[in-house]
Amino acid sequence: MSKTPKADELSKIDYMPPKSGWMDTPVEFKQGFWCYGSKAKSLETVGFPNPRQWSPADEDWKLPENWQEIVLKGFKERLDKYRSFKVFMDICVRCGACADKCHFFIGSGDPKNMPVLRAELLRSVYRGNFTKAGKILGKLAGARELTYPVLKEWWYYFFQCTECRRCSVFCPYGIDTAEITMMARELLNLLGLNTDWISGPAANCYMKGNHLGLEPHAITGNIEYMLDDIESITGIRIKPTFNRKGAEILFVVPSGDLFADPGTYTTMGELMLFHELGLDYTWSTYASEGGNFGFFTSNEMAKRLNSKIYAEAKRLGVKWIIGGECGHMWRVLHQYMDTWNGPADFLEAPKSPITGTVFENAKSTKMVHIAEFTADLIRHGKLKLDPRRNDHLKVTFHDSCNTSRGMGILEEPRYIIKNVCSHFYEMDENTIREKTFCCGSGSGLNASENIELRMRGGLPRANAVKDVVEKYGVNMLANICAIDRAALPPLMDYWVPGVGVTGVHELVANALVMKGEKERTTNLRGEPLPGVVETREERRKREDRRKEVGRRRKREEG
Amino acid sequence: MSMLEFEGKSYEVDEEGYLQDWQVWNEGLAAEMAKQDGLTLTNPHWEVIRFLRSYFEKYQIAPMVKILTKEIGKVLGSEKGNTKYLYELYPAGPAKQACRYAGLPKPTGCV
Repeated sequence: MSKTPKADELSKIDYMPPKSGWMDTPVEFKQGFWCYGSKAKSLETVGFPNPRQWSPADEDWKLPENWQEIVLKGFKERLDKYRSFKVFMDICVRCGACADKCHFFIGSGDPKNMPVLRAELLRSVYRGNFTKAGKILGKLAGARELTYPVLKEWWYYFFQCTECRRCSVFCPYGIDTAEITMMARELLNLLGLNTDWISGPAANCYMKGNHLGLEPHAITGNIEYMLDDIESITGIRIKPTFNRKGAEILFVVPSGDLFADPGTYTTMGELMLFHELGLDYTWSTYASEGGNFGFFTSNEMAKRLNSKIYAEAKRLGVKWIIGGECGHMWRVLHQYMDTWNGPADFLEAPKSPITGTVFENAKSTKMVHIAEFTADLIRHGKLKLDPRRNDHLKVTFHDSCNTSRGMGILEEPRYIIKNVCSHFYEMDENTIREKTFCCGSGSGLNASENIELRMRGGLPRANAVKDVVEKYGVNMLANICAIDRAALPPLMDYWVPGVGVTGVHELVANALVMKGEKERTTNLRGEPLPGVVETREERRKREDRRKEVGRRRKREEG
Repeated sequence: MSMLEFEGKSYEVDEEGYLQDWQVWNEGLAAEMAKQDGLTLTNPHWEVIRFLRSYFEKYQIAPMVKILTKEIGKVLGSEKGNTKYLYELYPAGPAKQACRYAGLPKPTGCV
């Protein structure tokens, strides 16, 4: 792994394109920009083609002899199957509206990170093989052959797209570049050309129900430790249930929140909220993943991994499903789940047992995001909240790409935050809501070997955070996505040190006044609440710990 | 595939030096990995490694940091049950460095 340049060095971005035309500029694999190749055993686990030991750095990628035939056949099948793909291959007029909207282009200056040109890498092969003009006129019509260097170029650049769809917002034709990247990744997948960071979690999820590979007793064990912490903070012992038949609601979270900080605080918050409501719900150790890394390999794989959510809902006999704070879960459940795994006619339209609200938008999928559920609770005055406990925080909200641009959940998280925190500030309007900037690590790019790419891609987001830090003294970046909770802490440490990262339900639980709780002196992270007097020694220790956390992250990323 | 040579045997490791098969691990291997990083393993280091391996045997995954700190605090004293102490032992991070010495794979996903 290469050394990541320092922030001041990395921010000097060269936007001058190479002198040669893009077709004549060979791809150069830069260290820190690409992820390790998929492991044979991960591909074998899910029955993907061409499992073998390989490295993207090697000359020979160990492909089957007829690899071109395989890709072109796959290409044709997808053009026939997905009308949108065919349309997106044909209609781009190369107006360039998307060019400077991509966080990877802004952060790298590499013209092949302009969405139009990234798509052109695929379109050129489409023209060369599937259009008359391209077949006859060749390069003159923007067509080219599918060669080994072209394939490598695909791999390099389609794993430098986070499928965030910001470019699509600005495209006058509404071309969905994420779908183009998905198709490209599907084609690469036919040759076993995936990344370890994506195929590993997909294989884990297939075998054990979640990306991390948490087995049932690891899930219950981790939650027990969280319950210990909740008890020491609130004096309340919570007793959640697992795999309980007959519960009203099934709760599914992204597994990162069951394992890594700060996601674990989000889970603690959810446990506390549901306990306070007396909600009749159950965890599942089988359907234990809200996210879907299969979504970053192929449509079929995503469908297979997602099927367990409905299967478990049916087995347990629940009425409906709440999903945790997860980004691409939201997109999957709204735009794919119903046709992949539905109809879920054995479930009922989600109805909050606390407020009586029927979530009309989820009548068909029977699954809602917890931000919708909680916003509705607050709207009906069902929670006793003391926002002063979050008074030391100046909060801004990062819209996750999938929640904001995948049939947007825009108001709910903001509404919640404003009710549980006294100080909330929006980032620049061009960097939030539908125009939000990606964390730089979505769609399975949150590995450690490609950290330079991630820091570059996250620059526009970090820059908008820096702006509100300077204007308002913002010190906390809230979000509703587990990839964000994993990706934003190192991004903040790199570009805007001193800004923390939190899930929304951590903020909720800190403000939540629970029945029978003891007087709280710390928040869920064990830090003293505002107004609580800390001894000098305690303060010194706490600050040391905090500095150390920042230092170690930098070291790990370095 | 990279190999780690130790005492006349070859061990398969991944791109970042993690053992491919956690079961072929032995204590000498951990000491060798540490030596290559310029680190000498002391008793507290070994307590962490032993805990990681016994946890992994039971759960097939490394423990979350919250569990590691609490359990180490139980063994070495509560003043050592925190991430700061673990980073003193393992400067590149307990999740990464200690897991590598213990022969365990690193967790992947939204982490």
